[in-house]
Amino acid sequence: MIRLEKRPQPSRAWSWATPLLAVALTLLAGGLMFAALGKDPVAALRTIFLDPLFDPQFAAYSRPQLLVKAGPLILIAVGLSLGFRAGVWNIGAEGQYIVGALCGAGAGLALYPLEAWWIFPMMVLAGAAGGFLWAMIPAILRIRFNTNEILVSLLLVYVAENLLASMAVGRLRNPEGGGFPGSRNLAQWSSSANPELIPGTGMHWGVAAAFIAVILAYVLLQRHLMGFHIRLAGQAPRAARFAGVRPAVLVAFCLGVSGALAGLAGIFEVTGPSGQISIDFNVGYGFTAIIVAFLGRLHPVGILFAGLLLALTYIGGELASFMLNIPAAAIQAFQGMLLFFLLAVDVLTNYRIRRGRTVTP
Amino acid sequence: MLRRTLLGAAASALALATGAMAQDSDKTKVGFVYVGPIGDGGWTYEHDKARQAVEAEFGDTVETVYQESVPEGADAERVMTQMALSGADLIFSTSFGFMDPTMNVAAKFPDVKFEHATGYKTADNVSNYSARFYEGRAVQGLIAGEMTETNKIGYIASFPIPEVIRGINAAWLAAKKVNPDVEFNIVWAYTWFDPAKEADAAKALIEQGADVILQHTDSTAPQAAAAEAGNVITFGQASDMSEYAPKPRVSSIIDNWAPYYIDRVRAVQEGTWESQSVWQGIGEGMVGIGEISDAVPEDVRADALDLKERLASGETHPFTGPINRQDGTPWLAEGETADDETLLGMDFFVEGLTGEIPN
Repeated sequence: MIRLEKRPQPSRAWSWATPLLAVALTLLAGGLMFAALGKDPVAALRTIFLDPLFDPQFAAYSRPQLLVKAGPLILIAVGLSLGFRAGVWNIGAEGQYIVGALCGAGAGLALYPLEAWWIFPMMVLAGAAGGFLWAMIPAILRIRFNTNEILVSLLLVYVAENLLASMAVGRLRNPEGGGFPGSRNLAQWSSSANPELIPGTGMHWGVAAAFIAVILAYVLLQRHLMGFHIRLAGQAPRAARFAGVRPAVLVAFCLGVSGALAGLAGIFEVTGPSGQISIDFNVGYGFTAIIVAFLGRLHPVGILFAGLLLALTYIGGELASFMLNIPAAAIQAFQGMLLFFLLAVDVLTNYRIRRGRTVTP
Repeated sequence: MLRRTLLGAAASALALATGAMAQDSDKTKVGFVYVGPIGDGGWTYEHDKARQAVEAEFGDTVETVYQESVPEGADAERVMTQMALSGADLIFSTSFGFMDPTMNVAAKFPDVKFEHATGYKTADNVSNYSARFYEGRAVQGLIAGEMTETNKIGYIASFPIPEVIRGINAAWLAAKKVNPDVEFNIVWAYTWFDPAKEADAAKALIEQGADVILQHTDSTAPQAAAAEAGNVITFGQASDMSEYAPKPRVSSIIDNWAPYYIDRVRAVQEGTWESQSVWQGIGEGMVGIGEISDAVPEDVRADALDLKERLASGETHPFTGPINRQDGTPWLAEGETADDETLLGMDFFVEGLTGEIPN
């Protein structure tokens, strides 16, 4: 009989091996699903994982796109991971991403058509501030009234979406757009544009910010007292209180940082790849980043790889979808499997499998 | 079937795959970029039906590919670029939000032709096309105005953009003409497709006394809410929604893109494709009026069909003066008809409508 036995210490080896095992299981189950849909599973998996990187037709374009897609995911996920480690659950990064983009874009558009070097940096700061303030709503409510930040931050996403729609058809609408919804194109106004830093690499300021965030988060967690408090609060809340961790500060810090980073992702996206505020500007980065954070074991470097991997499944998934005629829903299910298997095999980190006699209850 | 065999070969060897692609290049490759899932039963569903019509029409001489549920913005740009890289000759991008991405990709691929739906930008290799749905709205307005007993008509609007405002105005003018006592109650849902929200909106309107519901959102939820309430009629949107006929759904506006798509694919094959900007209505067949059901009295049906004929022939324009704006200022003089430019950017209600356009 097989049974699970709790490990005295979570296994370090398994905590690194489970993501790989989860990917392997996803490949297997995904392959079976594609086969069940009547598609060649090998071709499907090859199109998803290898074609964006190596296919002579697509790779030159797809490789830089990996960074474009992974940039906001990594930036948001790094922020979320701090809170998740400390037991502060910001589920509303999508809303902070939207509000960051709105604040940054609004700050810039107020000055249109002025040309000045400081406009873009100012917009970036406004974007970070927007995300920060939006995240402060659940933070303050939790600190003052002990409300559940999961619910508050999540529900604020829907508020943000309605704010976005109203801005796209109202205050931020392009006055020269013939009454159609959507703001001016920020990528085409040189003072607000966030172009590729080196042409053909996909590397824009948002991607650079993501890499910087990874490094700073790593330093914070390893070398800084705040990082120690975050880890302690997650692992041993009681001990944390004795060690002088002030929960209010921790909540405000974690929500604030993750909100500001989500806001940054929003402003870099709206000034670069996306180009404008539109009704459907947000495409789910804030939610996908939650998967990225867990897939990366809440570790900055892990998140870097997880972000790139998920970006690969998006870009490869698109290729598979139109080249092999695989339904978009199947691609989404495939991505969902990744999180599912990760959580499922996670049990191996904290438990070990033992074969032994059946214990009769 | 053929595509699957080709890709089977692609799986075994990359070189072979490239060979197969090259061999395939005498076919016209047509790409479709959809904003929703092909099974949405409305907007995207109708575009995909037209894609299938293209395949049926040209058989082995075309290959179509499509990508569903593409978010507007950077993702759309990537999808179109990848389609162009895969050798597409013609790409239909079927949502307003794909406009700037389409323009960007088109600039990078001058040899690929692009057709963008419901926008306003063009380039040497980008056309735009849209349908005069407001003609269909006029027919709905007439049926609504003649059939309502409470004189209250509920309207589920999506976003306050010209397309939607135009539809409300057209329906209102037609309803008012046949029933001077009619009132419109407009709810802004701020969504194109959200069954729960649409159902709530429909229920609220019915509770306020509406016995006709018009919708500019794509789900069948308002139809279901009307069926539940009983004596309420509705109209199918984007797609026929005939599963709710003969009542509550008494008619519908159907987007019929197939003739246009077939026409444009043929133009590419024959090398006669040129950039253009078209706005087609009932006359050209792009706007279809779904069957008017038995729940509609015979005289109302006759009036509706008569209006449809006059709209198709161009004899009647839904916006014919005298028409004032909501604030009472004159817009169209006696006998004057609206020009397309004003209609395309319409951001005002006409006189008699109550409520404000949210901003």
